[in-house]
Amino acid sequence: MQLYTRRRIGNYVVVGLSLAATAFGLLFLVFVLGTLLKNGIGALGPTLFTQATPPPGSQGGLINAIFGSVAMTLIATLIGTPTGILAGTFLAEYAHGSRLGEIVRFINDILLSAPSIIIGLFVYSVLVVPMGHFSAWAGSVALAIIMIPVVVRTTEDMLNLVPNSLREAATALGAPKWKIVVTVTYRAAVQGMLTGVLLAVARISGETAPLLFTALNNQFWSADFNRPMANLPVVIFQFAMSPYADWQTLAWAGALLITVAILFLNVGARFFASWSGLQK
Amino acid sequence: MSVSLATSHSPLPEIAVQHQDATVSPFPVKCQIRNVGFHYGKFHALKNVSLPLHDRRVTAFIGPSGCGKSTLLRILNRIYELYPNQTASGEVLVDGQNILSPGFDLNLVRAKIGMVFQKPTPFPMSIHDNITFGIKLYERLPRSELDDRVESALRHAALWDEVKDKLRQSGLGLSGGQQQRLCIARAIAVQPEILLLDEPASALDPISTQRIEELIAELKSDYCIAIVTHNMQQAARSSDYTAFMYLGELVEFDETEKIFTHPREKRTEDYITGRFG
Repeated sequence: MQLYTRRRIGNYVVVGLSLAATAFGLLFLVFVLGTLLKNGIGALGPTLFTQATPPPGSQGGLINAIFGSVAMTLIATLIGTPTGILAGTFLAEYAHGSRLGEIVRFINDILLSAPSIIIGLFVYSVLVVPMGHFSAWAGSVALAIIMIPVVVRTTEDMLNLVPNSLREAATALGAPKWKIVVTVTYRAAVQGMLTGVLLAVARISGETAPLLFTALNNQFWSADFNRPMANLPVVIFQFAMSPYADWQTLAWAGALLITVAILFLNVGARFFASWSGLQK
Repeated sequence: MSVSLATSHSPLPEIAVQHQDATVSPFPVKCQIRNVGFHYGKFHALKNVSLPLHDRRVTAFIGPSGCGKSTLLRILNRIYELYPNQTASGEVLVDGQNILSPGFDLNLVRAKIGMVFQKPTPFPMSIHDNITFGIKLYERLPRSELDDRVESALRHAALWDEVKDKLRQSGLGLSGGQQQRLCIARAIAVQPEILLLDEPASALDPISTQRIEELIAELKSDYCIAIVTHNMQQAARSSDYTAFMYLGELVEFDETEKIFTHPREKRTEDYITGRFG
């Protein structure tokens, strides 16, 4: 009886501590979201989506930054997704137990945890310096480099979850390996792989540091990838640091926009994940 | 003990009848396994195994876990080659040609020799596409002909009536027994000559198992069938020949009736009477 009481008390203590830790973490999340909503919602308006970033003291919006963020994220995704998926496929399907596979996996893990500012500096020195100017291409490449290791990792993990019996069954029918990978293994892992891509997109759409050294910023509307391009994270960085009240308000609006966008991407990723859970 | 086993399998008259047939018109040897050995890395898993597989007959492989019976089956369609440190030696002659020789076309091996695994392995696609997957590897057929082949394969596997209205639905939505029959349908859709069944019913409930066994009895009129089973009654019920394997060696191979009634080897008798294994 006494033993039972002691266990119950121990249980209460552990549950209490876990709850406290969870609340502590959630508190900040709620705090951040609350502040964003409070300060950002007032700045939301139609001009936000129709006008470019203004000089201090005049009316304006964020359309150039919104376009830049979406465009560069899109290009980065177009570069990063196929590269990451193919590299992940190599690791999971072709490089099992090979030395090369181990090395690639190790390097990928390092890249996965590399600080994004280092990536920015790297792209600055290999693209921006030779080109002689900042450009949206450089920004896209920097974002793609951040995206690739995430996609490689999730692709490899998801492909490894596909049971070998499925590959054997397709082999027994006489299917060549590439065909098995493309038509059977990918299909079995597609939801997980898509989830990984979405999470990677969410990750890069909020990156600031790599863009500071590559795409920089642009006060005006520009769709030219050879020139500097505005983007939400850098605009937020610049405007939030400025002494002008209307710039600061725009920074709040941009922060709210980016948070909501990432929230949707994450919810989308979860949706894909649960959809795959239902299928199995 | 062995006598009681014999009576337990004799109530199936068609097996006995076909056996008398077998003595009148012998079923030719479809596949001759000759001095086959196998290594998993350094482990010597199969030693010098030789036996014939007869056309339009069922040959059962029995023996305790790890005796090499599944390994032997995996040699017959060279699926072991998926794994780098597995090597086979000896010869497997199918219609007189050694399929283990390095020059032999691997696609031809697998087109001729179909395999069904222990766990059902439907591909994550529709029932229809599961069947056409294999066909499309070898043939380019117009849609209508493809549909005919799907229907005939599913009918052959006794699954057509259950799935004919949901061919476009995922194969993963079927029950375990249906999935396994789908896999059998998928294997025979390629029109192989030999069918390898690796414990095809061991993951299934008794009713599904019975359906699979009925299916085997029907399929053997068209194919040379090799089946690995842990279930001795299943071997006795559904096979014409039985090979008893132990520790990587073929201990005894004979007509199923003889193996289960008058085994020559003491180890065979001990195993089938349940004294070990």
